[in-house]
Amino acid sequence: MQQGTEEIIMAGFGGQGILFLGKVLAQAGMIMGHHVSWLPSYGPEMRGGTANCTVILSDHPIASPIVAEPDTLIAMNRPSVDRFQGKVKPGGLILYNSSLIDQVKQRDDVRVAAVPASAIADEIGSPRVANLVMVGAYLKNSGILKFDDVLKTLPSIIPSKKKEMSQVNIDALKRGFDSVH
Amino acid sequence: MADKILMKGNEAIGEAAILAGCRHYFGYPITPQSELPAYLAKRLPEVEGVFLQAESEIGAINMVYGAASTGARVMTSSSSPGVSLKQEGISYLAAAELPCVLVNVTRGGPGLGNIAPAQADYYQATRGGGHGDYRTLVFAPNSVQEMADLTIKAFDAADRFKSPVLILSDGVLGQMMEPVVLPDPVVFDPDTKEGTLTGKGSRKKRNLVTTIFLDADQLEEHNWHLYQKYQFVTDEFDHGSWKDYSCELHQTDDADIILVGYGIIARILKTVVEKCRKRGIKAGLIRPISLWPFPTRIISELSKKTKSMMVVEMSTGQMVDDVKLAVEGRIPVYFYGRTGGNIPSSFEILNEIDKIVRID
Repeated sequence: MQQGTEEIIMAGFGGQGILFLGKVLAQAGMIMGHHVSWLPSYGPEMRGGTANCTVILSDHPIASPIVAEPDTLIAMNRPSVDRFQGKVKPGGLILYNSSLIDQVKQRDDVRVAAVPASAIADEIGSPRVANLVMVGAYLKNSGILKFDDVLKTLPSIIPSKKKEMSQVNIDALKRGFDSVH
Repeated sequence: MADKILMKGNEAIGEAAILAGCRHYFGYPITPQSELPAYLAKRLPEVEGVFLQAESEIGAINMVYGAASTGARVMTSSSSPGVSLKQEGISYLAAAELPCVLVNVTRGGPGLGNIAPAQADYYQATRGGGHGDYRTLVFAPNSVQEMADLTIKAFDAADRFKSPVLILSDGVLGQMMEPVVLPDPVVFDPDTKEGTLTGKGSRKKRNLVTTIFLDADQLEEHNWHLYQKYQFVTDEFDHGSWKDYSCELHQTDDADIILVGYGIIARILKTVVEKCRKRGIKAGLIRPISLWPFPTRIISELSKKTKSMMVVEMSTGQMVDDVKLAVEGRIPVYFYGRTGGNIPSSFEILNEIDKIVRID
């Protein structure tokens, strides 16, 4: 990794909003003036299958959008942990959805943080925003994206007609941010 | 400066086509390019254009022939097996000298293959692809921004050289999102084109668009005419006003080993060049932007200054032939390829370079 570059792989069930999670990060990065790329998995997948997506945020032009060793893994379900945890760069971070994943076997060389994303989303009132809870948790650890900036750009990234819904989005982001250290 | 938009490569081609004045699209869905027809299905009716999902790829390419005959800017797109189906029609379009833009978002082959990215359609793209003595111009974008920019240039080149122009992309470039600054819209008037089929009007003789020349001498004359045109196109890319679209050079001046790759591979190779330089290996990169005409002249000149070249492709080795033809045996030309939808990592390529540098 170059300095000033963050490579993130996010993965989960189809329907957990994985591709959208990545899009929020990429769009926020773009609006804040960074270089970004977003690459989905597009295998012969179906509803209920797995989805994953790679996002790069950088202060430099991005050479390759393909990531072999991510700095961060955001895992929304168990199969995602199994598939990607070995790839995380030494010194990297694994954020996992502890509502659906009981525990992640510790690797000595990466940090692991539990985020009860689905439970928090349910508490807020919309199970669909578990992905945004994870965005919030990611922002706690990001050196490129700042929480306040993303909060400000959120309405342009997720335009919602209903005021209650945009409040839910903001709550999800905040609760995610506060859930990790 | 215009605003940046986060877009998929496939969508960027679609929007750029509209900005280029394209109002006709005919196609048939196939992964990984389906976002392009989906996008145009929504957008073309908004600009009073025609979107038509044909009954097959063969139907679509022949509709392109019809629309191009009237002077309209027209596009079709597909992915590898679908592009194979279009080849007969592309040969006819080249023979009739009809401008059009074709897009191949390449996937793994041969046969039905898979839907992962590949670069194994290079031969088909650069050697004509269908029957007879012809070529199509081929652009190879390496970013979502270039998917948009080269689409505009493809329409220009098609009209300028009266030829089908192919955009050769792959599944990664089609599917990925990056920020794009959309190019300015082009003012295009189909009525300014000559020789089109728009009704006889006040002309004395009707225009004719045909590819049949039953007389041997007549067909030979036509073939040499096409040949002359292709020579002219090559000159334009070598020395003329299309020079900037021939290739991109990166750190080649002092390079001991020059890597050659196009499309998404060129971006991985840029990372490799950086890593090499950090380790004291003087590496450089040639990225062909135009695959036909090929940057033969530049590669030939650089082969007199460097010690070796290495071609990297997502195939078992196709463009490497063109590099060898340009190098004419002066220096070793190595090859590294992955296929089947696998994308080589910068680590793998570095390992290969380590072997070569040790040999040298």
